[in-house]
Parts: sequence; C-alpha cells; structure tokens
Amino acid sequence: MGKLPAAVVGIGQTHHRAKREDLSMAGLCREAIDRALLDANMSLDDIDAIVVGKAPDLFEGVMMPELFLAESLGAAGKPLLRVHTAGSVGGSTAIVAASLVQSGVHKRVLTVAYEKQSESNAMWALSVPLPFNMPVHAGAGGYFAPHVRSYIRRSGAPTHVGAIVAAKDRNNALKNPYAHLHNEGTTVESVLASTMLWDPIRYDETCPSSDGACALVIVDEDTAAASPNPAWIHGQAMRSEATSAAERDQVNPQASRDAAAYLWKQAGITNPFEEIDAAELYVPFSWFEPMWLESLGFAAEGDGWKLSESGETAMTGRLPVNCSGGVLSSNPIGASGMLRFGEAALQVRGAAGEHQIDGARKALGHAYGGGSQFFSMWVVGADKPTS
Amino acid sequence: MRDVAVVGFAQRQMPDFDGSPTCVEMLVPILGECYEQTGWTRHDVGFWCSGSSDYLAGRSFSFVQAVDAIGVTPPVNESHVEMDLAWAMYEAWIKIQTGEVDTALVYAFGKSSAGVLRRTLALQLDPYTMTPLWPDTVSLAGLQARAGIDAGLWDERAMAEVANRSLTDAEKNEHSIRKGGSSVEELLARPMYADPLRKHDCAPVTDGAAAIVLAAGDRARDVRDRPAWISGLSHFVDASSIANRDLTRSPSTAKAAAKVDLRGVEVAELHAPFSHQELVLRRELGLGDDVRVNPSGGALTSNPMFSGGGIRIGETAQRIWSGEIEKGVGHATSGAALQQNLLCVLEASTGKDGA
Amino acid sequence: MSRTLSAPVTVAFDYTRSTGPVLGRFLTGLRDGVLVAGRTSAGEVVVPPLEYDPVTHAQTTDFVEVAPVGTVTSWSWVPEPVDGQPFDRPFAFALVTLDGATKPLFHAVDVASPAEISTGMRVQVRWADERVGHINDIACFEPLGDEASARPAGGGILEDNLVSGVVTPVSLDYMYAASPEESTFYRGLDEGRILGQRCPTCDKVYVPPRSACPSDGTPTEGEIELSGLGTITTFCIVNVPFLGQKIKPPYVSAYVLLDGADIALLHLILGVPADEVRMGMRVKAVWKPREEWAYSLENIDHFAPTGDPDADYDTYKRHL
Repeated sequence: MGKLPAAVVGIGQTHHRAKREDLSMAGLCREAIDRALLDANMSLDDIDAIVVGKAPDLFEGVMMPELFLAESLGAAGKPLLRVHTAGSVGGSTAIVAASLVQSGVHKRVLTVAYEKQSESNAMWALSVPLPFNMPVHAGAGGYFAPHVRSYIRRSGAPTHVGAIVAAKDRNNALKNPYAHLHNEGTTVESVLASTMLWDPIRYDETCPSSDGACALVIVDEDTAAASPNPAWIHGQAMRSEATSAAERDQVNPQASRDAAAYLWKQAGITNPFEEIDAAELYVPFSWFEPMWLESLGFAAEGDGWKLSESGETAMTGRLPVNCSGGVLSSNPIGASGMLRFGEAALQVRGAAGEHQIDGARKALGHAYGGGSQFFSMWVVGADKPTS
Repeated sequence: MRDVAVVGFAQRQMPDFDGSPTCVEMLVPILGECYEQTGWTRHDVGFWCSGSSDYLAGRSFSFVQAVDAIGVTPPVNESHVEMDLAWAMYEAWIKIQTGEVDTALVYAFGKSSAGVLRRTLALQLDPYTMTPLWPDTVSLAGLQARAGIDAGLWDERAMAEVANRSLTDAEKNEHSIRKGGSSVEELLARPMYADPLRKHDCAPVTDGAAAIVLAAGDRARDVRDRPAWISGLSHFVDASSIANRDLTRSPSTAKAAAKVDLRGVEVAELHAPFSHQELVLRRELGLGDDVRVNPSGGALTSNPMFSGGGIRIGETAQRIWSGEIEKGVGHATSGAALQQNLLCVLEASTGKDGA
Repeated sequence: MSRTLSAPVTVAFDYTRSTGPVLGRFLTGLRDGVLVAGRTSAGEVVVPPLEYDPVTHAQTTDFVEVAPVGTVTSWSWVPEPVDGQPFDRPFAFALVTLDGATKPLFHAVDVASPAEISTGMRVQVRWADERVGHINDIACFEPLGDEASARPAGGGILEDNLVSGVVTPVSLDYMYAASPEESTFYRGLDEGRILGQRCPTCDKVYVPPRSACPSDGTPTEGEIELSGLGTITTFCIVNVPFLGQKIKPPYVSAYVLLDGADIALLHLILGVPADEVRMGMRVKAVWKPREEWAYSLENIDHFAPTGDPDADYDTYKRHL
C-alpha cells in the first residue's frame, strides 16, 4: 500500500515578536491554531488528532508541555503526539502529521509548533555548561560560525555574500505582516557595518529570538475536495546523522544530501532549480542560504554563493528563497521549521499575500536542526500528485 | 492497514545507573540484542525513532548523543518524540503504514536517578498555578487513590492485593527491581508512607532503556515463526488538570479500548506505577477476571521512565513469541494520574487467510 | 574507585511568564485578596479558571468570585517534602472545593498529621504576608477558624492594574555522570595525559573516547595517548557575552585536530591576537599548573601557536 494523498488546507501563524507579553503559552498556540482552522473552514471538533512540536523544554521550563496544554489545544479526548527533533522539529512535526493522514489512520490532523523563548533566554538554554568540559560553547551562533568559515574557505565565496542574503531576507520580511523583524532600510552596507558576533557571523546576519507559533491543518483527499486551493504534499523526507563523527562534513552534511535526493525522487523532480518556484529554507545565519542551495542540489558544490550574489534568490530571481523573510526575520525555534513548511504551502495556494510569487505551483519547505544533523523537508504543489 | 508485528525486544533496568544520562552505553548492547533476535544489522532498519526527555537528563537535546548508539553512517531515517517508547513505536508503526518503510527499530531511555524524579515531574503540570507548588507525583497519585477510596470504588486491601501479586510475579522477572511477595496482611501491616499510599503502592525509581523492533508482512515472518501482530493500536489524552478530572476514571483509556478489540485477551500488561491505577485501568478496559494482569510484575516493581510503557508491549510480545498466549494487550501511560494512555493489542495470528 | 565520574549540575532559571487575560485575572484576584473562578458553557465554576472552554473552545470570559472557604474533597500526606513545596516539614496536599465553585482547587493544607485532615473537612485560605499575583499568595489552607481573616480588607480586583505576568523560578539539581569512556578521558587529563580510543569497526581514533562510535555504533577501545600537538581546522571569534558564560569575550573558539586523532575537539586559542588566527595553524596544548588539575578538559588552559608553518589544507580539509 502506498501513501494516501494528503494536503494542507489551513495555515496559521502568530505575529512573531521578541516577547508576546499579551498571551500565555496556550494563547500563543491558539492564535496560530485559530487562524489555521479559520483558513481551513473547520473547528477543533472537526479535528481527529493533534501533533505538537517544539524544541527543548528548557526554553519554557515546562516538561512535555503538550500535556498541560491538552485542553487548551482542543486535544482532550483525542490522540496527541509531541515531536522533538531539535531545530528541525517544526518540519518533522508536519511530516508526522502528514503521515497520520497518508497512512489512512486519520482524516483531519491539526499540527502546531511553538516556542515562547522570552520566558527564559535562548542562549542560556542552549549553552548550559556541562561538568568536566571546556565551556567554550557559545550558543548556536558559536557552534555554526566555524563551519561558515569552512564554507567560505572551500567555496572561495566573497565575504559579502552573507550580507546580501541578510539584506534580502530582512527586506522580504517587510512584506510579511507576521514577521518579527520589520527592519526598514537594511542594506548590504548596513549589514556589513553591524557588530561581528561570532566571526565571521555578524549581528544582522543572525536570526532573532522570537516568541511564535505556526499551525497547519492537513487532511485527506475527500476533505481537501472542499478546499478551493489545497497544497498537495508531493514528497517529504527526514534524515539524521551524528553530531561529531570522524570526518563528518559539517558544511554539506551527507544527511542533507540524502534527504534531498530522496525528496526530489518522491516528488518526481529532476531539476530542482527549474522546477521549484519558491523555496523556504532554514537559514538562521545568512551564510546557510548558499550552503543549503548546494546541498539540496539547486547549485553545484561551491557555486551556491553565486545564486545568492547574483540576485537569483531574490523575489525577482529565478529561485526566490525565503520570501517570508525566513528564520533570519522570525525565529521561534520550535515553530521555525513548520513556518518554512507552511510558507511553502502558502505560496502554492496563492495565499502568501504581499510576498507571493506569482504563479508558484511547486514549493520547497526545509528545516534542519542540531549540529546540522537533522533534516526534514517537503515539496508541496498546487496540483494533486499523479503517482 | 498493513500487517505489522513486534519481532524484537530488549531491555535493561537498574536502580541506579552510574553512566551518562544519554544512556548510550546502555543502548549499545540493547540494540545488539535486537540484532541477535532478528538476524539483522543496522542496515536492515528502515526507520528509527527514540523516546526520552531533556528534563530527565537535565540538558537540552539529550537525545541527540543517543543517536550515536545506532551508528549513523550512512545517515538514517530517524525521528524522536519527547514521550514514552510506546509513542515512539506508534510513530514508527504509522511510518510503516504509509508504506515508506517495512521495518523499524524504536528505543527509549531514562536516567531518573540523575535528579529527584518525583520533583522533576512537577514540571509536567500547569506552569502558572501548579508547578510553583511543586506537586510531587506521589502526592498526585495519592489524591487519586483517596478519591477512589472515598467513593467506595476500591480500598487499601484491593491496592495491597495488586502489590502482592505484582511482587510475587516479579520474582520470575530478572529485570524487576523490587520483588518478593508475602501476603496482603503483611503488606497492610506496613506503615503508611504518603497516606493513603504505602511505599509498595508506588513504583520504585528505576533507570533503564528498552528497544522494540517492528516489521511488516513477510519481513516479520522471516524473523519469527510467531510474530506478535499488532491487531489494534490506539491512544488518547485527557485534560491535564488534576482538579478538573474525575480521578477515579480514565476516559482516554476507555476511548482507546473502544477502538481496539480486547475480546479473548489472555494477558494485559498495564502501565500502572501506582497500585490503585491498575484498578482504574482494569475497569476502563472492562477486563474479565480471567485475564492475567502484569505477569511481569508490572511498573509497580520496576518503572524506568520513558521505556516503562514500551516494556509492557515488549513483555506481552515475548509471551506470544513463546507460544504461551495467543492474544494480549500492552498499555502505556504518560502524564500525572493516567492523563494519556495507549493500547497495543498483539495477536499470534493476523486474522487473515492462513495466518 | 567508581566506574564513572560525576559532578553536580544545577539547571536554574527564573522564568518570566506572561499570563494572558484569563490567568492574569485569576492572579490579579490573588494579589487583591479574592478568588476568581471561570464559568464554563456547561455551567461549571472552575478555579483557577480554565483558559479555554472544554466544549466551545472559546477563551473564558465569564468570571465569578468564589469564597475563600471550602471543603476538602481529597487529600494526600507529604511525608518527605521536596524543595519549593509550601512547607519543609510534613503537610498535606489537597483538593479543596471552595464555596461557590463546582470543581476543586489544588493546594497545601497546614496540619501536623494525617489524623488532622479528612475528606469533607472545612478549610479556609491563609493568605501570604505579601501578595504579588502568584499562586503562593495563598500560603496554604488551614482548618476553618476565624473566617474574617480569610477575607482581606478591601477585597476586590483593581481593574486598572491587572496582573499580566508572573515569575516562576525553576531550579533542578542533578548529578551529572560521564560515560565510562569519557571518564577515562577525564581521568587521563587529571594525570596530564590526552587519551583517545580507536573504533574497532572503522579504525578511527576518537578523542574523547565514545560509548559508541557515531558512524557504526561500536564502542571505542584501547588507549592511545595523544601529544597535545594539533592543527586548527576551523574556528570563530566569540564576541558576544551571554548568560552563564565562563570565558570573557572576545575569545577564539577553535576545533583542534590533535595529531593522531580523527576528530577535532573544541577549545580556546590564546597566545595570538584573535584576528591572526588561521585555519591550518599549528598549535599545542598549554596546561594549567599541575596543582590546579582536576577531572576536566580545563586542565588544558588553552592551545597556543607553535610557530611552525601552517598545515597543508589537504591534511585537514576532510575534517571540516
């Protein structure tokens, strides 16, 4: 038995901010959930199962928060799952939700991913020192900066490429009312002038810390028939590798390449650059855009930066990347992966508002987590998949 | 639905594991046992899923290092739930149902002894109005026990019967931490600990890990003569609030039971870390007196966090493999006072032609 | 000697939680000495109020005040209190249905023994000396006595000053243990030695040793002493201060591939200006004075340049 068709018919997200002081955790989730249900023309009572995703519990200081949230999320009396695959969790959660429909077990699944980081401090939660160790670890930026340096060395990319990506994503965010950062006047020069945080990553090349949530309603073929514009799931993939295996490629991880190859095959895509109309890639530090473009197969190894530098990944280019502003503009860690998946779905539904790419019919949603070791990605399309 | 069976199971339990909270060294031999049982190598596993909790270990991403135990070159199709092994198994079963893979290996681990478990679990509650009071798990269970006593649904004697039977059965289980039955009278003569609970009414704090192997159709038949076919798998959750629920009931257990077929079940491994909870579960499942409950000794004699539920499924599967039973059910719970519940019905036959 | 090394770790943070309007109203009530319940669509009166109605799923907007006096509907004795509980000597936790409510509230009851509490007993709120808008504004419940003391003067919510946030400290103590392989490594450091182990399946040398080689799941074995000489594969300059930081920025955090190892380890570089550090730079371990040694990678104070020519890119490019 193969996978049954599944489609996204409802997408909702919060207004992402540094601190959503107007809401409780339940309120944050419900803001996204209520928008998604409205979009899907459904109520909580129509939902068969709920899948929650979020990153480390230490961020909010609640263990297994889906348990205390059950009633507020409308999950009491329903099946409830909670996924945690580090930074890629928003994506993995959407994939688990989709699987519930594709397996034929449920018809209408609600999935929500969130993070209310302002309740603590993200860098603290990511850098609690371990005994016996050398406490050099400096958060996510400190982890990835050395690997960005490796990419620059390997590819020979000019050092301003990171700033080009950052300026692009921050300006795209101005067209996304939900984005956290709405920084007017961001230019390549202003990014290059911002403080160096973990050389070679600068302040304006770094994602913010956000409170936010994203919710999706994923349904079966029969239910999708009632929607004027479902986003059909054409393929999905998850792959994992170790954090620190000898001679592991931290810049272009094998798991990323394997996931992408599997994904393109499932979705029947042979030339990603030509066939994908919009991509939402998980880029928390701007240099990850060229790195992922190569790893996913949009560009040959060493050439990803050329796409970014030449403007091909701008909204006016041939492969618009992160029209929503991406992780660089909003990063509620647990939700960020689902936001990428959801924004891809918005594109093919023609529902991305001001940051819509005209005529987008196939889009990629991508997420990664851990030490560039967990990957989840999906392709959604305006047409029902043929196979 | 595809026919999927439990074809492998391994566990380790101890009162006080002195190794790393990521439990990698505990997982390596457990995975090794799974390979021995199935004749597979890691390359035969289509999908991996683990269950664990950052808060048990005291650090973010504690499950990440455990992935080393698998050996992830080449990269693997893998996921993780911050839930018990039983739910990791559920995610894997779903993956197999989609047709993407035919085999899965799920594992879970927990080093409860690294912290003060009954205090750590207070973080599972409402963070605004409950956790600041640090309600420990024993007290919450005690409230539930007393609610049933007050309502005349059970008494301390019925609880002691559960404990005595469990401790007696545990004598035959090499993995149990607490063992040694005596008599109901002797147990009742022991002092109250957290009135209305005596110490033997509460599961011991246990460290441990476990793994379950799933395979579909012929892959299962290649591994076992008598695979333990999953003929029903269902889970539900209730509202969290202790104050807002009828603590003598478990509606999510009843809903799960309504989705599966429990007729003819010979063994029921019920995940009841407190003696009275077995009584709640029996009632919601409508089990007859002829059903053997927790022949392994159950969670009351050994309850490693995050594998305790999955172990109930594994224990049931083992009795099917051995030919001891034809049909059994494994139950797993999560959250305070039986908030979330899963049922896995296992049978020696798929019910289809010739099998 | 125990098989593994262990050390205490405390994970603590004062979480600053925004409450939203429903819980905010409840906590405002506590600050102002009243108990605010929510009425559900089914007519239940619940305190603390549910954020969302169980049936309609709408946010609760129907609030009603209930009495600070009520009846115990269940209780449990706490013989060995844990940190943070309302008392540090034995007490009871209970479910108390306040007069006017239809569902109970969870809290502590101050009685000296199980004999002094029973289901059906009448109890009243004992307020904290200072109320700030926190569940601990109710210090506990006590047997019904002087009811007036349960009703602070001037009770009534100050509508123009609603509580919207609450601070809930969460502090957990753990005993962190290293794996046996890691323990071997740290014991070695205590003797001034850097020890690696080899994976018998893929032959790679890991430092620190591993309970499972991440490539194939086999535990590493043997004892391979490494010299402390190595190559910087890649690095970053940490410029940003953060909560819990131990080393003062700016500092160079680098991956050092020790000669003989197949995996780099993360450490600090000193003895060269940060902007002169290069990929490929040859460095050596600089140890702290022997009397400061412990079971820790911090025994190596930092790595410093040896002055030798940089390693060829090809020798370390597979380790990036």
